[in-house]
Amino acid sequence: MTTRHVYENVEMGLKRMKRWRFAKRLLPLVAGMMLLLSGCGRADLSTLNPQGPVAQEQYNLMKLSIGIMALVVIVVFAICFYVLIRFRRRKGDKTIPKQVEGNHKLEIIWTVIPIILLLILGVPTINTVFGLAKDYSDDKNAIQVKVIGHQYWWEFEYPEYGITTAQELVVPTGKKIAFDVSSADVTHAFWIPAIGGKTDANVGVSNKMYLEFPNEGVFRGKCAELCGPSHALMDFKAKAVDQASFDRWVAAMKAPAQMPEDAELAKTFENMCLSCHAVGETNSGASAPNLTGVGSRQTIGGILYNDETPVEDNLKEWIKDPLAVKPGATMPTAEDLGLTDEQLDGIAKYLANYKLDY
Amino acid sequence: MAAHAHKVKRYRGIMDWLTTVDHKKIGILYLIAGALFFGVGGLEAILIRIQLIKPMNDFVGADTFNELITMHGTTMIFLAAMPMLFALMNAVIPLQIGARDVAFPFLNALGFWTFFFGGLLLNISWFAGNVPDAGWTSYVPLAGPTYASGHGVDYYVLGLQIAGIGTLLGGVNFMATIINMRAPGMSFMRMPMFTWTIFITSVMIVFAFPVLTVGLVALMFDRLFQANFFETASGGSAILWEHVFWVFGHPEVYILILPAFGVISEVVSTFSRKRLFGYSSMVFATVLIAFLGFMVWAHHMFTTGLGPVANALFSIATMLIAVPTGVKIFNWLFTLWGGSIRFTTSSLFAIGFIPTFVMGGVTGVMLAVAPADYQYHDSYFVVAHFHYVIVGGLVFGLFAGLHYWWPKMFGRMLNEKIGQVTFWTFFVGFHLTFFVQHFLGLLGMPRRVWTYLPDQGFDNMNFISTIGAFLMGIGTIAMIINVIVTSAKPRNALADPWEDGRSLEWTIPSPPPEYNFKQLPLVRGYDAWWKEKMEGKTEMTPAEPVGPIHMPSPSILPLVMSIGLFIAGFGFMYDKLIVTFVGMAITLGCMLLRSVFDDHGFHIEVEEQEKGVQA
Repeated sequence: MTTRHVYENVEMGLKRMKRWRFAKRLLPLVAGMMLLLSGCGRADLSTLNPQGPVAQEQYNLMKLSIGIMALVVIVVFAICFYVLIRFRRRKGDKTIPKQVEGNHKLEIIWTVIPIILLLILGVPTINTVFGLAKDYSDDKNAIQVKVIGHQYWWEFEYPEYGITTAQELVVPTGKKIAFDVSSADVTHAFWIPAIGGKTDANVGVSNKMYLEFPNEGVFRGKCAELCGPSHALMDFKAKAVDQASFDRWVAAMKAPAQMPEDAELAKTFENMCLSCHAVGETNSGASAPNLTGVGSRQTIGGILYNDETPVEDNLKEWIKDPLAVKPGATMPTAEDLGLTDEQLDGIAKYLANYKLDY
Repeated sequence: MAAHAHKVKRYRGIMDWLTTVDHKKIGILYLIAGALFFGVGGLEAILIRIQLIKPMNDFVGADTFNELITMHGTTMIFLAAMPMLFALMNAVIPLQIGARDVAFPFLNALGFWTFFFGGLLLNISWFAGNVPDAGWTSYVPLAGPTYASGHGVDYYVLGLQIAGIGTLLGGVNFMATIINMRAPGMSFMRMPMFTWTIFITSVMIVFAFPVLTVGLVALMFDRLFQANFFETASGGSAILWEHVFWVFGHPEVYILILPAFGVISEVVSTFSRKRLFGYSSMVFATVLIAFLGFMVWAHHMFTTGLGPVANALFSIATMLIAVPTGVKIFNWLFTLWGGSIRFTTSSLFAIGFIPTFVMGGVTGVMLAVAPADYQYHDSYFVVAHFHYVIVGGLVFGLFAGLHYWWPKMFGRMLNEKIGQVTFWTFFVGFHLTFFVQHFLGLLGMPRRVWTYLPDQGFDNMNFISTIGAFLMGIGTIAMIINVIVTSAKPRNALADPWEDGRSLEWTIPSPPPEYNFKQLPLVRGYDAWWKEKMEGKTEMTPAEPVGPIHMPSPSILPLVMSIGLFIAGFGFMYDKLIVTFVGMAITLGCMLLRSVFDDHGFHIEVEEQEKGVQA
């Protein structure tokens, strides 16, 4: 969104309000504010840098409402400053101002104008409410994703493909993604700010929502409803890839799981980790994140970035003491599990190298 | 007369305060308790902001942080804002309507003590080591027995339940007082604006607080007796709690802000020496806001998944509230227009309120746009919005009102120089803290996060926000210093210390005698006192001859009853049946005592009135 675009948008919005002749004079101010707004934020995170049509529609409404509201604020501020300067009491002034009861004409004006402004805002609001509520859960061309919030991680199930992953949502570009959002424990909220607004993950009932990812890239997702101590750290990633790459990813996810080559280590992994976690088809329906291809994810635990620290180190940090990374997490520490340092290193190394090629 | 036989009952010192049923003293008690809790809540806010000053800070841990935000919200709303409003209501309303006390003085004292012990119970959680941590909204299942298995949320449930009784009693009392006890000649459309807003607020309390009570009872049953109101697995519904909470919670917002509107109306009118512009439209706007306030609760739940029809309806209903609110804003501006504006601390806060509240109001309309709210919801944008409304609205209103009525309450004028320091530090600090938070939310920062990763574009603005919070802290400390400095000064405030007073409270001494009006005044129009002044009179026309004044007797029962509830609260929480019984026995016993022994009060004879009994 360039400044010129914003400027034009604002101008269009204002044209609808022809009564406000003096609006033109305020335009630079409004445009300046828009510039301030559109200038900020990470492209993979900010709601002000929409990366998909849903976020774009919401952004348009935000701009329209900010435009109208900026106008209101400016009018009020202008009257306020004028009054404060013009009608200050001079020292020793004992005169009694005229006691005005009211003014019907003025009162009608400031009742009717807000109603008109609200109509301008209300119509597109209702339009968009119904537009964004479209249900694509039966659409053959849409990708179905079941999102389940857990304290403090996200599970993504693709019922059409029979695969499950965690923490990193992978979707193809150019297709509608129909989400079915629910929770396994407490209320969470599923939010990818750059792609579209949030919806709550409730227990027992699911919410439907769709998003579109026109551009490839990795977008930051967040939990937006207080869900316990690590609510702040319940981040996830949404990775949009082209269709061919997505197909390769699905195939790789469906391929038989790679187990550790060392038989001893494989046994430890099976006993210690797979009692809760899953890889590939093994232990599907597990209560903890699916680890298939965990080595190729951008983060460990949603917040330990593998481009800052090697993935193996991140894995070690996490497995050693998950509670130090995410307070309140339900995974036991390495010590509680009775993992030796050697076993820990082996598992971390195996998982770090468990990459999917897509 | 038989009633003369009752001898004058009076206590001295601390017993006087523990047994008082005088609305002026109860007002002061509310103020002290409210200020105390405001300090606690403020300290919690400072700790929250210190934790967020930089990314991945470890000043307090995740658990403590959640406790801090929960207690900050709950304390500020229920234990600081509400009681300070009740302080102003108590101090001013009977005086403004020309009454000698509220309709039910005993109930008034009971309301204060239940609020106080409820608040105390809630805050004891800090010492018990089990602090509520599910947010001030206490959404289930997080606040349910499975995921909040300690006693933390029990403190929230029982503390609020007990404090809520106090609020409800206050609402009933002031509704009855304003309907029944207006001075002769004061018709509804001659009531001062503050009285109007308190009247409407009281009605709202009476309708909204029972909803909270029911919700808290259900949550209490879920937590203590394994009921299943909100347990989805057993057929309950977690979303039901959200509905119940916000059916109460949204009107609560207007319960908080309407009295501030009243204060601003009084202050703006007095300090611009002008009649309130568009009085009748102000009254109508207040009623309309209250009415609509009950119709919009689901705008807190746009992302809950209520479907497009509900979201669209609640969007439009919410936007509609902007219309009467706008009417109020412009009426204030046009009260100032053409006036003779005097700048005092009180009027500065009132004038600062107008643009600040408008900013909070317009973000409110933005939030009402449901699809855009999918982005704003539960982000820092919301945090910015409601602090603009509650701090920029309500707290500014409270500061304006306290500076304005301080001489009436205490007989001393607050120091203007320190007052200016309070205003400027608090005002600048407030905008510094919360303006940037709008942008934090838009950039993708969720609310209620105990920390955030670096390099997300949040770092600088969080730093600025924390600096602002410290400035607000300095402003508050300046106010406390002002109170201390002032209390050392002689009690010499005039009856009409601002010289431009317009309503009845400015016709009687500061502070008023315990019976307020020696003779009830005759009200001959809106702005009753101003009208008399303009006709060259120096006092109101009395509506009755001088005679003995009937007064209610002081009583220790309200205090004891509240202590009973306080004890029973612990019994419920820790499953000690015997403690529950003892507590309830104390409370019910007091009720029995109150029912079987008639107390007709006493009379202050004319000679004693001449001596000038001071409150």
